[in-house]
Amino acid sequence: MELLGLYHYWIFAVLLMIGFYAVIAKPNLIKKLIGLSIFQSAVFLLYITMGKVDGGTAPIFQAGVGDQVFSNPLPQVLILTAIVVGISTTALGLGIVVRIKEEYGSIEEHEIQEIDRQ
Amino acid sequence: MIVLFGIFLLTLMVITALAIVQTQHLFVAVILAGIFSLLMAANFFLLDAADVALTEAAIGAGISTVLFLGALALTAEHERAASANRLLALGVVAVTTLIVIYATFDKPRFGDPEAPVHQHVAPWYLERTPETIDIPNVVTAVLASFRGYDTLGEVFVVLTAGIGVLFLFGAKPRRKAGPPRLAAHEPGDGLRHYLIPRVVGRLLIPFILLFGLYVQFHGEYGPGGGFQAGAIVAAAVILYALLEGEAQALRVLPQRLLNGLIAGGALLYGAVGVAGMLLGGSFLDYSVLTANPVTGQHIGILLIEVGVGITVTGVLISVFHAFAARGRV
Amino acid sequence: MPFLLDVASWVLLSLGGAFVFIGGVGALRMPNLYTRMHAASLTDTMGAVLIIAGVMLQAGASLATIKLAAILLFLLLTSPTASNALASAALLAGLRPGDTAAPHEDRGE
Repeated sequence: MELLGLYHYWIFAVLLMIGFYAVIAKPNLIKKLIGLSIFQSAVFLLYITMGKVDGGTAPIFQAGVGDQVFSNPLPQVLILTAIVVGISTTALGLGIVVRIKEEYGSIEEHEIQEIDRQ
Repeated sequence: MIVLFGIFLLTLMVITALAIVQTQHLFVAVILAGIFSLLMAANFFLLDAADVALTEAAIGAGISTVLFLGALALTAEHERAASANRLLALGVVAVTTLIVIYATFDKPRFGDPEAPVHQHVAPWYLERTPETIDIPNVVTAVLASFRGYDTLGEVFVVLTAGIGVLFLFGAKPRRKAGPPRLAAHEPGDGLRHYLIPRVVGRLLIPFILLFGLYVQFHGEYGPGGGFQAGAIVAAAVILYALLEGEAQALRVLPQRLLNGLIAGGALLYGAVGVAGMLLGGSFLDYSVLTANPVTGQHIGILLIEVGVGITVTGVLISVFHAFAARGRV
Repeated sequence: MPFLLDVASWVLLSLGGAFVFIGGVGALRMPNLYTRMHAASLTDTMGAVLIIAGVMLQAGASLATIKLAAILLFLLLTSPTASNALASAALLAGLRPGDTAAPHEDRGE
């Protein structure tokens, strides 16, 4: 169980940085947005991993079963909100990318900066 | 056994993420991102987060992929090769990964019930939910009642994103003069000429809507709630729009109705909060809504989840129409 | 009796897994889109049927079995439809069933 826990956190670190690399190093705007969404998913993984309790189940009371061990409901509530907020910002970001394409004719970062400089 | 499964899913996620960053074909990247979200949802389920898994699957793997594909249709399909100097970025990323991995050794043991995160508020919620709110799903209780104010903020974020996208796409595209694009069929026709997806889709849409309603109202007894239900109902309407064409879908659910849904859901949520104030409690206090405080909680949670579902449905369908109805410049 | 159910579940789940694995190998090794899709979609559907049947045996006679049957029905309807839609889209894009993969197509992702 120890290995699994550490592995979750290492995968969180790796996914975080993969997403971050896509945001900073890829010039294509849509690739940046996909990288941002990978970044967000890595953060969700971190929080939900912290909420797990040994031998616990999902925090839903079953009728007639007493003395159950539940996993922590609080990180789950926070991440539920975060997922919805994430998709909202992604939708808005995609709208901006489409408008940029219409105005500049390109969605590559260096080409947009070229056009802006003129 | 679960350990192996968990390790397998996590490794697969990293491989998928690497493939997403590396590929130059944007369509492939978007579909891989959908696969990534689905793997993440499976992993959430292994970590006992049933509600979160449902939300990630519905929103991350479903709606997000549709929105990205809609944007791809209006922009480019291929990425140009990245410019030279990426060594600095790779260096920064590698160093930060090592630092974060070093930091993870300080975390409490995975699953430890004595970890600090399980000590303060969480046991209080788990204790108080059966007495004060009396619904089986603690996550919905916390989301809708104990932390209802945060959820109100979230609904307004969704509302703002919807307004933002509608505003961005309010300006008509400047059409460049040129020969009209020849298509095999009229663009607004949907999949009219493809029999099999159309038949199966028409068969499935009522059941998807029914499932969305089930998830909406069953959110107190099992995984579910307003956000997931909103995404599922929006998916059903988007399927209808894909099959029958944009024009038909806008005839069935006109934009004015969608605008009403977007604003109406948030209004309902706020109204329940103000009703609590008018009846003598504080804002978003549901226990004063009826004589019996527990019934008041039930009614309050039901109403605000409906409000959330309505707003999320309206926003997601509006955003889809904004992308789909946009002519390609 | 429970032992027989367990053995039957094991057999069904392993067979389902084997089918999905064969589908994966086929999707990698086949020369073009149509043959790859043929390999992947047929084996995927069969694998899904076997795996869900194996899990249904484990769930016994409860609400979960009915839910699993509903999921199976849904998968049986949508999975072949998706393959059909994919093949139609490929045909519309101009890919002929006889071609091998186009030279500009990205490999190895």
